[in-house]
Amino acid sequence: MEQILANGLYLGAQYALIALGLTLIFSLMNVLNFAHGQMYVFGGFVTYTVVAQLGLPFIVGLIASAVTLAIIGALIERFLFRPVIRKSQREESTMLLAAGIAFFLDAVILLVFGEKQRGVPKIIDGVFNWDFRLIMPYDRILICVLAIALIAAFILFMQYSKAGRAMRALAQDRVAAQLMGVDVNRYSMIGFALGAMLAGVVGGLLVTITGINLGMGGPTSIKAFLMIMIGGAGVISGAIAGGFILGMMESVGLTALASYGDITYLVIFASLMVFLAIRPQGLMGKPWG
Amino acid sequence: MSRRKFMKIAAVAACCFSTGSFAANDVLKIGFVGVTSGPAAAWGISNQRSMETRAAWINETGGYTIGDKTYDVEIVAFDDQKDPKRAIAGMEKMAQEGIHYVVGPNVDDGAAAVRPVAEKNGIMYFPYAFPKELYSAPASNAVLGMVANYQSGPAIYKHLMENNGVKTIAFVAANESDPLSQRDSGVEAAKALGLEVVSDSVTYQVDTTDFTPVILPVLKAKPDLLVLSGVSPANAPQLIRSARELGFTGLMSTETAQDATVLQEGAGELANGFISVGGASTPELASDMMREFVDRYTKMFGEYNDESNTKVYALEYILETLKADPSAIESVEAFQAQMDTFEAPNPYMVGDAKLTYVGMSSFGQKRQVAVPLVVNVFNDGKFETMFVAEVD
Repeated sequence: MEQILANGLYLGAQYALIALGLTLIFSLMNVLNFAHGQMYVFGGFVTYTVVAQLGLPFIVGLIASAVTLAIIGALIERFLFRPVIRKSQREESTMLLAAGIAFFLDAVILLVFGEKQRGVPKIIDGVFNWDFRLIMPYDRILICVLAIALIAAFILFMQYSKAGRAMRALAQDRVAAQLMGVDVNRYSMIGFALGAMLAGVVGGLLVTITGINLGMGGPTSIKAFLMIMIGGAGVISGAIAGGFILGMMESVGLTALASYGDITYLVIFASLMVFLAIRPQGLMGKPWG
Repeated sequence: MSRRKFMKIAAVAACCFSTGSFAANDVLKIGFVGVTSGPAAAWGISNQRSMETRAAWINETGGYTIGDKTYDVEIVAFDDQKDPKRAIAGMEKMAQEGIHYVVGPNVDDGAAAVRPVAEKNGIMYFPYAFPKELYSAPASNAVLGMVANYQSGPAIYKHLMENNGVKTIAFVAANESDPLSQRDSGVEAAKALGLEVVSDSVTYQVDTTDFTPVILPVLKAKPDLLVLSGVSPANAPQLIRSARELGFTGLMSTETAQDATVLQEGAGELANGFISVGGASTPELASDMMREFVDRYTKMFGEYNDESNTKVYALEYILETLKADPSAIESVEAFQAQMDTFEAPNPYMVGDAKLTYVGMSSFGQKRQVAVPLVVNVFNDGKFETMFVAEVD
């Protein structure tokens, strides 16, 4: 049981961090960013290139991923989403744009980084072993701690910084925030950049453990959408809760249901359908949006 | 520019181009239908790049002579995205282009889906998929491009029983048709050899990123040998790493081809001792031509893929068989007739290895290329030959 809980906590921390970026973008701009998973993959490949190819320290790779994805996110918002949102009132326009960006990033990743699975050396060797009841490699513990620290830093940033307050105001009521003097365009761009940066940072963190490959983008986006549906779309605390709930469900399911074959995600999806039928806004979302 | 000068230049240009077209070789188009995008992209891309490398090499050195004609080889590629419907569309495109020889598809359902199109349109195809019905009569046009797991698996298990005292075995597979069918035939082979199968029900989603929860129930069964059935190169290092980090000290193997760099980057020294199937990959087996192929591939695409040690063969078989009977360029019946007696030197291996078609014992007809069954063990970033065997 200890092992299952530890696996769930570790998975939940990384999932929550992935979901945070997605829910931030959704709350600010009402955009379902289908390219979030590809941004995660891009971040992983940037860290891989810096650490494994250029031989620089891991922290440099992580910073490079954060900066690269923040720039990519800002450019995507400024030159793609902003004009589309300005010109089109239809929500499906931004959805199609996001899907197009996902395909585009997939193609770019294949061209620039290739088709192979990539990974970087473990950042810490050794395994924590508590009498074979709980086994956890030290690098996973470190990544879990870093992920939780980043989540805490993100919450503090959103709560207490000027930019964070402006973005929260924007998320609550775009028109009211504009009337109060918030520069909507500027903070939308910062928010999108921050969301993309979070995806890139998680990719950079996990490349040391799970590695990274071209095909991880789509499934990562799907999991991120699952998390924010569980927690409530556009709610920061909901994304964190959704991440930890999904991580724990996955860990418990993979152990408890192992003898029945690969039905964990079948059970998760079925449970989610029932849950959404009862509470369509998710755990912490509001029915009115 | 005066009108006269313009006419002169145009005339000279026309002369040059027409001379060029007289001097150029005819083009022999060979198709590829396989997966070159998504999570399994590495499988198809190593196929396509192997073909493109070999084609560029042939063309650079004057072309390939079949009968009294010399051809430039052109590879026509189609990404089926691992989707059977796309694979059918790809094979139809090959038929429309008049192509009679196609490498791929890479997976079972794609290979099965294209069979009617290939047989109707006179296309011989070389899948990397294992269902026996594709290669057994009445099927006629598919040629297995590698060693099947039901051929390599028993050889590996037997070797490990005799040399490493393996008595218990466990299987873990992705929840997809290829890995699941490979697991089932592996379980069957293990039981036939007298091994005790202690776990064979654990499967995982192909997009799993954390394998620790997946592998935990398997390791509780404490097998001597853990088989990663049909594992993709993307998942292999993570599964190995999770198993070792959870304290598993037994042997691990797979019947699919892997890439040494990917294993090294993803699992490092934890992958030491991992057993997989390769082609003419190790230094003691590779010929000068194999080494040159690796060099050319690396120069062309920046990095070699060890899976190409096996995948280099299909195009060579097609060309050598056509050379043996030039009428086969337009007639797959002539190609099929030639397969029964065809034999040529294997240019990629040292010694007197031959290119020949096999498969009589598995399929009742010669519908498999005789790729050497080279079982490798990974150690410190590279593969070492564990043993070499022959199919059939």
